[in-house]
Amino acid sequence: MIGEWLDIGWVDEIPVRGSRTVQVTGGDDIAVFRTGEGKVFALADRCPHKGGRLSQGIVHGGAVACPLHNWRIALATGEAMGEDKGCTPTVPVKISGGRVLICRASALKVAA
Amino acid sequence: MKHEPLTPGVDTREHLVVIGNGMAGCRAVEELLARDPARYRVTIFGAEPHVNYNRIMLSPVLAGEKTFEQIVINDADWYAQNAIELVAGDPVVAIDRAARTVTARSGRVTGYDRLLIATGSDPFIIPVPGKDLPGVIGFRDMKDVDHMLAAAEKGGSAVVIGGGLLGLEAAHGLSLRGMKVTVLHIMPTLMERQLDEAAGWLLKSALEARGQTILTGADTAEIVGSDAVEGVRLKDGTLIPASLVVMAVGIRPSVALARAAGLAVGRGIQVDDHMVTSDPAILAVGECVEHDGNVYGLVAPLWDMCRALADGLTDAHSGYRGSVTSTKLKVAGLDVFSAGDFSGGAGAEDIVLRDASRGVYKRVVVKDDRIVGAVLYGDTADGNWYFDLLKRGEDIGAIRDLLIFGQAFASGGAQADPKSAVAALSDNAEICGCNGVTKGQVVGCIAKGAHSLDAVRATCKASASCGSCTGLVETILALTLGDEVQAGPKTMCKCTSFGHDDVRREIVRQDMRSIPEVMQKLHWSTPDGCSSCRPALNYYLLCALPGVYKDDQQSRFVNERLHANIQKDGTYSVVPRMWGGLTSPRELRAIADVVEKYDAPMVKVTGGQRLDIFGIKREDLPAVWADLNAAGMVSGHAYGKSLRTVKTCVGSEWCRFGTQDSTGLGVKVERMTWGSWMPHKFKIAVSGCPRNCAEATIKDFGVVCVDSGYELSVGGNGGIKVRATDFLCKVATEEEAMHYCAAFIQLYREEARYLERTAPWIERVGVEYVRARMADDAAGRDALAARFLFSQQFMQDDPWAARVAGAEREHHAPMATFTPTRATEEMA
Ligand code: SRM
Ligand SMILES: Cc1cc2nc3c(=O)[nH]c(=O)nc-3n(C[C@H](O)[C@H](O)[C@H](O)COP(=O)(O)OP(=O)(O)OC[C@H]3O[C@@H](n4cnc5c(N)ncnc54)[C@H](O)[C@@H]3O)c2cc1C
Ligand code: SF4
Ligand code: FES
Repeated sequence: MIGEWLDIGWVDEIPVRGSRTVQVTGGDDIAVFRTGEGKVFALADRCPHKGGRLSQGIVHGGAVACPLHNWRIALATGEAMGEDKGCTPTVPVKISGGRVLICRASALKVAA
Repeated sequence: MKHEPLTPGVDTREHLVVIGNGMAGCRAVEELLARDPARYRVTIFGAEPHVNYNRIMLSPVLAGEKTFEQIVINDADWYAQNAIELVAGDPVVAIDRAARTVTARSGRVTGYDRLLIATGSDPFIIPVPGKDLPGVIGFRDMKDVDHMLAAAEKGGSAVVIGGGLLGLEAAHGLSLRGMKVTVLHIMPTLMERQLDEAAGWLLKSALEARGQTILTGADTAEIVGSDAVEGVRLKDGTLIPASLVVMAVGIRPSVALARAAGLAVGRGIQVDDHMVTSDPAILAVGECVEHDGNVYGLVAPLWDMCRALADGLTDAHSGYRGSVTSTKLKVAGLDVFSAGDFSGGAGAEDIVLRDASRGVYKRVVVKDDRIVGAVLYGDTADGNWYFDLLKRGEDIGAIRDLLIFGQAFASGGAQADPKSAVAALSDNAEICGCNGVTKGQVVGCIAKGAHSLDAVRATCKASASCGSCTGLVETILALTLGDEVQAGPKTMCKCTSFGHDDVRREIVRQDMRSIPEVMQKLHWSTPDGCSSCRPALNYYLLCALPGVYKDDQQSRFVNERLHANIQKDGTYSVVPRMWGGLTSPRELRAIADVVEKYDAPMVKVTGGQRLDIFGIKREDLPAVWADLNAAGMVSGHAYGKSLRTVKTCVGSEWCRFGTQDSTGLGVKVERMTWGSWMPHKFKIAVSGCPRNCAEATIKDFGVVCVDSGYELSVGGNGGIKVRATDFLCKVATEEEAMHYCAAFIQLYREEARYLERTAPWIERVGVEYVRARMADDAAGRDALAARFLFSQQFMQDDPWAARVAGAEREHHAPMATFTPTRATEEMA
C-alpha cells in the first residue's frame, strides 16, 4: 500500500548536527538533516548555487553551509541566507515514535 | 443556586467522590469550596496513607531541607472543617458506572453522584531484566523518599536512571545524603526536553563539579543482582555497582482504573473543556487526563484545569483551553528556566547572552519580533517576564536590543537605545566585573589614547578577562570617540567577539575540553557556532589535548569527514600516500585495479608526486579504501588541513649531482609527519642539490641538500602569490634535519591561526621570531619536537582503515532508498 508518508528510518540514525541522504531511484537524492536541537528537516540535496550536495555541508544552528562554495542555506525554508539568493525545495517531515517520515508527494517532486 | 447548609443526620446533597488525594484532586476540591462550600458532599480516596502534601517538595525532603510536616498542604483539620471524608491508604480498585459506585481495596463500596478521577501518573519502569528486584524504585511519592532515605542510611552507591528533572533531583538528594551517585542518561545532553544543548552542558558540568558521575548516551541493558540490586549493566558492557536504583525515565498517566471502567482513554483519560470524561457523571483532572491531545507533567496546567472543573461543577462553565507551559525549576539547587519553543526553525533568531564568570546562559528565541521561546540558566529572574511576553505575543521590536539584559534594563523608559543606556551610566558604574573597572576609568584610558578595544584591554584591563563586558566597552569607545575607534584584530567570526589568538590562549589557560565549553566560557553569541568557527575550535582543541580530545566529525569540512576531495559533481577523488613519491608494482597494480573495478573516469599524476583517482561515489569510498589498504597504502590526506605530500628528487643514489639521499630523507620525514592535523595544509620537499628539482623553496618546510649537510628553509608556497622560503639554518645530519622539521611543525601548529598557512603566518610574526624559537633556543626546540612526536602517537592511525573496519558508516550509505512504484509516480 502506498501511504502519504515515507518512513525512512530512526531519528537516531542521523548524526546530531549532521545529515543522511535518501536515494530516489531515477532522481536526485534528498538530504535529511538533524540540528543541534534535534529538529529534523528534509531538502533536495542540491544547492541553489551550483548544485552542491548540501548533505555534505556543516550544519550549524538552523542552517547548512554548502561544501562547494560555502553558501548558507536555511534548513526550514531552503532559502539561501545573507547576500546570496536562491532556494532549494523542501520536503515536509514528521517524526512519529522516533521514526522519520517524509512527505511522499513532495519527495517525488523534489527529486524529479 | 445555593444549597441548604449541612444538617446533621441525613445529608441529601449530591455526593462527589474523588479518587486521588494528590495535588490536582485536592486543589479541585479547594476550588469547589471557594465557589460553593455547601453544594457537594465530598469523599476523597487516597492510595497513600497521608493527608494531601506538596509533591514537588519531595526533593527538598530527600535533600534534608524540609520535613514531611513542612510540605503538607491540607492537614487533618482542613478535611474536618470542610466535612470532607478522607479515606487514606485504601485505593479504589474498581468503578461500576451502571451502579455509580466505587469499590476500594478494603472491600468498601461507596456510591457517587459525581465521580472525579485524579489519579496522577505512575513512574515508567523500563522493561529490562532485573527491574523487579528489591532496591529498584521510582521517585513519585513519600514512600519512595522513605525508601531512598533508608538506603542512604547504609551508604554505598546508587544509580539513577534518567537525567531529567526527577532523576537529577533524586541524584542530588542522594549525594547530599552521602551516597556515591551515578546518573545514566540515554540522550547526549541532560534535560533535553527543557534545555538546549548549551544549558544542558552547563548543568552537567555543575553537577559533576559536585561529585556526581554523569554518563550521557548511556543505555541500560540490565539490572543485576540475585536477591536485591547489586548493579546496573550498560549495553556497552560497563557494570556500575549499586545497592539502590532509582528509575526516573518518565511518567505515564495512571489510567488503568478508567480504562477498566470503559471510559475513553488515549494517552490519558480523555476529557472535554469542562474536564468531563466520556461518561457525563465522571470527571477527571490532573496528570491522568488527556485534553485536546495533550497530557501535562507539571503543576501549572493543573491549576487551570481545576478552575475550569470547579466552574463546571457549579454551573458557571468557563472551559479549559489547554496550557502553554514554562518550566522554572531549581534542579539540585541550580536555577533553570525554559518556555515555549526554543528549537529554532524557520525565521527564528537567537539572542544569546553568556556570562561565564557568573555561570549564566540566557537565550531568547525571537520570530517576527515576537518571543517564541526562552532558555535561562543560572539567572532565571526574568523568566516570568519573557514568558509573559511570549504568552501575550507582545511585539518586542522596540526593546529588542536590550531584551536579553532583562526587564529592569529593557523597560528603562528613556533608555530604549543601548547607547543612551550606556551613556546614562554614572562614572562609578562598574563595567568590568572581573577586573573591577568603572566606566570613569574606561573613559579615562580612552582619553589617554587607548583608541581600540585591544588598547583598552591592555591599559585598564576592562574586558581583558572573561570578555562579557566587551559590548559595553565597545559602546563606550563609540560614545567617546565617534568614528575614531580603531578596529581591533578581526574576531574569529560573527559568533564571538574574540580573535583566534585570544581563543587559543584561553583554551589552554582554562583547560577547556569541548566545543560547547569554549562557546560557553567565551560567550559565543550563537547556540552552536558556524561553519567558520566550529572547524577552528575543533582543531585548537585537538592540538591542545592530544589523545584526550575526541574529534568532532560534525565540525569538519566534508573532505576531512569523508577523507577524500569532493568534486563539483558530488563524487570524490582519492589520493593514496606514496611515501616521498616512491611507488611499487604492487601499489600501481592495486591502483589500476581500483580504477577499473569502480569505473573511475580518470586517474592522474598530481603536482604532489602521487596518483589521484577521480570520480568515486560516496558509497564506494570504504570499499575503495579497503582495496588500497590491502595493498599497504594509507590515506594521502590530499584533502586535509594537514600534512600533504613530501616531494623528493632522486638524489645521491642515482643523480650525478646528488649530494645526499634526498629520497630516503623525504620518506623518513613523511613517515614522521603524516597524519598530523595543522592550521592549514602543509607541504614538505627535499631536493638533493641546489638545482632544487623538488621545488623545496616553495614549500612550508624545505630541505636542500649540500655537500656539507642540509639547508633548511620555511614559509614557502605556490598558489596565487608565490612565496619563496626564508632560510632557517643549516644542519649537519639527517637526524637534525628531522628534529628541526618536527619542532617547526609544532610551533606552527600551536601558534598559527586556523586557515593561516606558514607563509602568511611567518609574514605576520616575522622570520626573526621563528629563528629565535627554532635556532637560538635549543631547549625550547627540543620541547616543541617532543610535543609533536607525542601528539603524533595519536594521529597516525589510518583514517581509511578505521572506516573500512566499519566506523562511521553513516557518512557513506544513504539512510533509505525509495523507488517510485506506480506509473503515475514515474520520475521525469
Ligand atoms: C590534485 C592537485 C592538482 C593535480 O592534479 O596535480 C591539486 C588539486 C587541488 N588543489 Fe592544489 N593540487 C595539487 C597540487 C598543488 C601544488 C603542487 C605541489 O604540492 O607541489 C600546489 C603549489 C604548492 C603549494 O601548495 O603552495 C598547489 C597549490 C594549491 C593552492 C594554493 C595554496 C596557497 O597556499 O596559496 C590551493 C588553494 C588553497 O589551498 O586554498 C590549492 C587547492 C587545490 C584544490 C584542493 C582546490 C579545492 O579547494 O578543491 C584542488 C583539489 C582537487 C581535488 O579534488 O583533488 N592548491 N596544489 C595536486 C594534489 C597534490 C597532492 O598529491 O596532494
Ligand atoms: C519529586 C517530584 C518533584 C516535582 N517537581 C515539580 C516542579 O518543580 N514543578 C512542577 O510543576 N511539577 C513538579 N512535579 C510534578 C507534579 O508533582 C505533578 O505534576 C503533580 O503532582 C500532578 O498532580 P496530580 O494530582 O495529577 O497527581 P498526584 O499529585 O500524583 O496525585 C495523584 C494521587 O492519586 C493517588 N492515586 C492513584 N491511583 C489511586 C487509586 N486507584 N485510588 C486512590 N488514590 C489513587 C496517588 O497515590 C496520588 O497520591 C514533581 C513531581 C515529583 C514526583
Ligand atoms: S589549479 Fe585550480 S583548477 Fe587546477 S586543481 Fe588547482 S584549484 Fe583546481
Ligand atoms: S554549489 Fe553550493 S555554494 Fe556553490
